[in-house]
Amino acid sequence: MTPGAAPLLDVRDLSKHFYRLSALTGVSVTVEPGELLGLIGPNGSGKTTLFNCVTGVLQPSLGRVAFKGEDITGLTPDHVYRRGVSRTFQLIQLFSEMTVLENLLMAAQERRGTMLRRLFRRAESEERERALRLLDFLKLTHVTNNLASDLSYGQQKLLDFGMALMPEPEIVLLDEPMAGLNPTIIRSLVEHIRELNARGYTFVVIEHNMEVVMSLCRRIVVLSQGEKIAEGAPSEIHANARVMDAYFGG
Amino acid sequence: MTDVVQLFVAGVSIGAIYAMAAIGFVLLWQTSNTINFAQGEFVVVPAFAMVLFFVVWKLPFAAAFLATVLVSTVLLGLVVKEALVNRLLKMGVLPLVIATIGLSLLIRYSLQQFWTPLALPFPAVFSREPIRLGTIILSWEELMNVLFAGVVIGLLHLFITRTKLGWAMQAVAQNRNLASVLGIRVSRLVTMTFMLNAALTAVAAVLIAPIYLVKYDIGVAIGLKAFYAAIIGGFNQIRGALLGGLLVGVVETFSAAYISSHFRDAFALVILIAVLLLKPEGLWGEKEEWA
Amino acid sequence: MRRWLALAAGVGICALAPLVLEQYKLYILSLTLVYLILAIGLNLTLGYAGQISLCHAAFMSFGSYAVAVLAPYGVPFEIGLIVGVTLAFGWGLVLGFPALKVKHHYLAMVTLAFNIIAFLVIRNWESLTGGSYGISNIARPAWGRLSFQSDRAYYFYILGWTAVVVASAYWILTSRWGRAFRAIRENEMRAAVVGVSLRNYKLMAFAIGAAYAGVGGALFAPLVAYIDPGAFTLDRSIQFLMMVVMGGLGRFEGPFIGAAVVTILPEALRGSEGLYLIIYSLAVILMMLFMPKGLVGIWDGAVGWLGGGKEVPSTS
Repeated sequence: MTPGAAPLLDVRDLSKHFYRLSALTGVSVTVEPGELLGLIGPNGSGKTTLFNCVTGVLQPSLGRVAFKGEDITGLTPDHVYRRGVSRTFQLIQLFSEMTVLENLLMAAQERRGTMLRRLFRRAESEERERALRLLDFLKLTHVTNNLASDLSYGQQKLLDFGMALMPEPEIVLLDEPMAGLNPTIIRSLVEHIRELNARGYTFVVIEHNMEVVMSLCRRIVVLSQGEKIAEGAPSEIHANARVMDAYFGG
Repeated sequence: MTDVVQLFVAGVSIGAIYAMAAIGFVLLWQTSNTINFAQGEFVVVPAFAMVLFFVVWKLPFAAAFLATVLVSTVLLGLVVKEALVNRLLKMGVLPLVIATIGLSLLIRYSLQQFWTPLALPFPAVFSREPIRLGTIILSWEELMNVLFAGVVIGLLHLFITRTKLGWAMQAVAQNRNLASVLGIRVSRLVTMTFMLNAALTAVAAVLIAPIYLVKYDIGVAIGLKAFYAAIIGGFNQIRGALLGGLLVGVVETFSAAYISSHFRDAFALVILIAVLLLKPEGLWGEKEEWA
Repeated sequence: MRRWLALAAGVGICALAPLVLEQYKLYILSLTLVYLILAIGLNLTLGYAGQISLCHAAFMSFGSYAVAVLAPYGVPFEIGLIVGVTLAFGWGLVLGFPALKVKHHYLAMVTLAFNIIAFLVIRNWESLTGGSYGISNIARPAWGRLSFQSDRAYYFYILGWTAVVVASAYWILTSRWGRAFRAIRENEMRAAVVGVSLRNYKLMAFAIGAAYAGVGGALFAPLVAYIDPGAFTLDRSIQFLMMVVMGGLGRFEGPFIGAAVVTILPEALRGSEGLYLIIYSLAVILMMLFMPKGLVGIWDGAVGWLGGGKEVPSTS
């Protein structure tokens, strides 16, 4: 991480309105390559909306999103994905009638290549191997051929995480990956993230679990009611009165 | 000029009837995600019932009308909902669509086979006396249709916006799960919506029978017009179905007068396509976004 | 493994049928095969990709009229078929565009409107299509001195094309495209977020489904020998919809069962004098009530009882 190098993800003055409701107002965030950025804030502060605007699920009302120096504002989700941005979801979004393995293969197949190539190329050994290794990494090998809908909540969250990793992305946006998981799984997931970060993956993590965020992330951005109210190292955030107020105040 | 006004009134008159069928259609969609392919037949059944009560049994009009509404509400509202919708709703949109298609065929061919394939004349409900306003000639029947339909729709509007039950219906239409969590008995409400729809189609039937004649297959055209109206007007708004129905009626009347029969259908369809391409959520509808 | 045996048995029966069946029944079987091709197309668009299409009959009409119009000019049947399929494919792409903007009931209306427009165009473009009078004496294919004019010969010709359609559909649906279609059907938003170009795949879902309809339409014309606009109305599209839903949406075996039931059932009931439509519609309602996922459930039960394997097709 050299100082002065262009940020990997550059969100500038992003705003999103729904009719008269302002979900995001003038939010600017940068993510450096190899970072582990935390994104926190009380419920309804716009964190998921920010992810949605970055990944193309929603169109921003104002502002710009740039990835690796290129403007990706307003691109459809599939284009954003192919540039190397992947994400998980707060509410489980899997392909329930497909098996675990198929879900992972699905996450890999559209990353590269053309439509036509995909019709004719039927061999998937490379992707299959990668998927099996990933399943091993996540300790999900025993459910490889189960339907996604048959999995427990914790397993589904891990699958979602796996799907985000399958395309070998450059940045991974995790939306409350720890929500609803038991402490053992949380610990192993935190280890996975640390390990992957060490290998060079960039992460942005939305979390409510303060313990996880403070220990995992080296830098944290705080949103409240659609605005960025603080940014800095965990210790600074911890001491920030405004942040405390946003969470616990009136 | 006189022509235009006369045509416009005639158009609004028949449009108001289409609007009632369209509103019922939209209500069913909103509260229960049912696309009722048998909506046209839901107008035909009460029309035949009215023939039975009013023409064959010669009951006084009011009694016949009430009996028709009752029969319609019970058969096409309660029975259809309990027998068909309850089981099929959880399986998604399509099985219910096919079932309503089957139902429309069943009603249509049963009436043809067991009652009569012939068209039954229906006496005018309102007098067909002409009314003169200067050079403009209107028929009493047209004005009464508009008035009657207007009153019914007005009452419906009051019901939905001013009563607890109406609010519950709106709640279910907007978010079924949330409504259920808030204590609304969703299933019972959907049953009431079906019964309300059947009542609306019964009223539409009584008004349209003198105009269309009563025949087993008129449901096809009426159902289609209810669809057009709902789509053009906006599927997620009652107001849209109302205005859509009026629009369909007016366009139909004007094009019958000015455009040769060859192109009449095409003209209506061009409008439909224009709406679908330019404002697919309907002229008065609201866009649906993803997240 | 058992499913392949069932398939072989099916093919065997189909090959032997002309020897046993008399003319009318052979005609019904030929018609069923044609409808099977059409149902496979709609199953791809609606069952696998989840895109509602109420204009399948319009796509069919391109195939029928291409063959019917070109045949008198000495154009070989196969060329007519290719022309029809290309037209159908092209219009399938066109219909795909509204599918990108609108969903479900709106898409139903757009496709419904297209069906009605196509019908009106066919009826009014008399110089090309003969209008309400239709086109008669549609010639059956011939390869030099080998003519498929006889009912038996044409039956085998249709069977050949059916095999091509079934094989190609299987190939497509077990490819990555098939998986992408299923992803769109399951969770469109998630599919987009894993890189599925909704635009491209939805367009393809419509276009390929339409192309198959074109093939079916082309084979339909010489089978019935006379076509008119009335063969391609909204009712016909709804008939295909029923085949696909009653057979089993999104299942490969679905169209087989659906086409057979929707074609053969009314014939079997024909003896009941005018009641048959009533019994048929009652049967439709009952089938939906008790087997909403399609009659393929019965098929699965039978195969399971015989010790069969996984659902077809799967890609892992």
